[in-house]
Amino acid sequence: MTDQTTVAQSPSGAAEPAPPPAEEAKDARVDPRPKNNRAWWLVLPVVVSVAFTAVIPLMTVVNYSVQDVFSPSERIFVGLEWFREIARDPEVRGAFVRTLLFSAQVLLIEIPLGVAVAVAMPRRGVSVSVALVLVALPLLIPWNVVGTIWQIFARGDIGLGGWAINNVLGVNFNYTLDSTDAWLTVLVMDVWHWTPLVALLAYAGLRSIPQPYFQAAQIDGASAWATFRHIQLPRLRGVLTIAILLRFMDSFMIYTEPFVVTGGGPGNATSFLSILLSKIAVGQFDLGPAGAFSLLYFLFVQILCYVFFTVLTRSGR
Amino acid sequence: MRRQRGPGTVTLILDGVFVRRRGETWLDDIHLELPNGLTTLVGPMTAGKTTLMRVAAGLLPPDSGRVVVDGKDVTGISVRKRSVAFVYQQFINYPSLTVYENIASPLRLDPKSRRDGIDRRVREVAELMGIAGLLDRRPAELSGGQQQRTAIARALARPVDVLLLDEPLANLDFKLREQLRSDLKTMFAGSSGVVLYATADPNEALTFAAPTVVLGEGRVQHTGDVAEMYAHPPTLAVAATLSDPPLNLLPGVVRDGRIECLGTSFPAPRAHAQGHHVMLGVRPHQVSITPNGHAALELPAEIRLAEVTGSATFLHLLLQDGLHLVAHLEGTQLFTPGESTVAYVDPAHVFVFDESGGRLLATSAAEVDLHG
Repeated sequence: MTDQTTVAQSPSGAAEPAPPPAEEAKDARVDPRPKNNRAWWLVLPVVVSVAFTAVIPLMTVVNYSVQDVFSPSERIFVGLEWFREIARDPEVRGAFVRTLLFSAQVLLIEIPLGVAVAVAMPRRGVSVSVALVLVALPLLIPWNVVGTIWQIFARGDIGLGGWAINNVLGVNFNYTLDSTDAWLTVLVMDVWHWTPLVALLAYAGLRSIPQPYFQAAQIDGASAWATFRHIQLPRLRGVLTIAILLRFMDSFMIYTEPFVVTGGGPGNATSFLSILLSKIAVGQFDLGPAGAFSLLYFLFVQILCYVFFTVLTRSGR
Repeated sequence: MRRQRGPGTVTLILDGVFVRRRGETWLDDIHLELPNGLTTLVGPMTAGKTTLMRVAAGLLPPDSGRVVVDGKDVTGISVRKRSVAFVYQQFINYPSLTVYENIASPLRLDPKSRRDGIDRRVREVAELMGIAGLLDRRPAELSGGQQQRTAIARALARPVDVLLLDEPLANLDFKLREQLRSDLKTMFAGSSGVVLYATADPNEALTFAAPTVVLGEGRVQHTGDVAEMYAHPPTLAVAATLSDPPLNLLPGVVRDGRIECLGTSFPAPRAHAQGHHVMLGVRPHQVSITPNGHAALELPAEIRLAEVTGSATFLHLLLQDGLHLVAHLEGTQLFTPGESTVAYVDPAHVFVFDESGGRLLATSAAEVDLHG
């Protein structure tokens, strides 16, 4: 579990170069005001805490990733051996494809669904508060509790959901035996848990659109779809960028819920990268390969987030 | 501007329109008959201008009363089915569409407009509004003036029965405002549809020199020629609405055929009952601080503040009884706050209003009897 924590923490650590603004304006013609270095003192607490919680643990991982550790006193430098091994490992590759597929499905379902929920939510009156509370409810439940809820809910014998699918719909459903059923259970659970986040972000974005826009569209005789396409959607660009980034990072690093519901099974049907990683690091205690794995994992999340961010902020300009 | 309609002109009638919200009356028994061409709707901020325009457009159903366009009662008809265009104070365009697409959108969505004429019409209107070179841009890439030109072009693209402009120039800086104002005036002249232009700025109403409706507290205060209303405001409310900078108000009492005000007096222009209370209205540019005639009212004053705009100086004066008076003086003049001076007012330029009803009783120069 320690490596998982490191992976989750490190993005914030790496994204914190924190140059003080006073140092950036080096051109005296631009800013003739006297300069001092007081800003450093204000940044220092953040630098220290980030170093202790993210940078130093990450460096420990880097240290492990290039060594073969037999015991605390007996270790050999192996260079990039573990990186090669991890990159070639079919189990890692399988988990990688599976995780990527899961994230893609999560984004494809949760973003449109969240926007649809936000559009459908009331705009005024008491029902606003009621709707907000109902939508926000899943977000308030701890992740492992969400896992437990769905583990029971989806069971065919004592779970309401599983029972209904088996007996009302007449479909044979068992997530502990069938790979597709397990995958669907985890996917639906994630949609249930996280679509509200997208919905709330989108709702806030929609609320900020001035009424005259809608009136103007009404006067033009624009359809509901055209109004959505040309007024609401362009105004949601900012919040949806954030929603997509958050949902991608989170779903790509999903661990707790599938661990509780399926434990990565049946077989390795729901064995995502994080589950496999914790198996290698904590289960087998292979610190070297786990370190290399962590770094590659971390790097990939960073690159994909960068790509998403660049594409989303540049397109449509 | 040339309208793509057949012969005949449109009228807009508001007949006994009431709008009430949250226990307040926003529009109070509005009766208006607007001819084709430009009509100015002027009133202070909370007069109900926007509400009136939204009722006229069909965006807001009135609580009672009728809206009649071109002889047809359209009160209950949705705005989608009406022939209206609306320009807002904020610059409202579709953010994801280019200027070209923004102007074309009302035409594309109008089932009556012909497909093949759209391109020609968009370029024509863009030319008219001076944005022909910006057709490929998106609204976010334009300045405020260009965005509002686009919004106005959108409204002009489709020939409509009723074109409503709700303070379209209020959010622009003054140079752009003056330029667009003169552009609009020529554009609306001879329009076969009804053009209703709302503004809080009396100067805008005066420069348009169009038939004018003065709105105040949800009621029509007066309708008619704006220059005539400015010269002879029938009520205190009309005088106040059409005065910028604001009208100075001083209390007076009729005594022995004269009107007394702050220790000075002048002959009452009309016979009034002894002891009748009146309200005197003086426009700031009619106040001077140099003697300007034998019949001038002399009001001792203390200088509080002088605002210099370059071409004019606004002098804020404190009179007896804590009353304030603003003088609009020509050119840049320097004053020291706290000094004593005398404000001179020619009684010929004083409006005498009935204190209780606010009706104009007389100006000294020309006796008017607007209310019989």
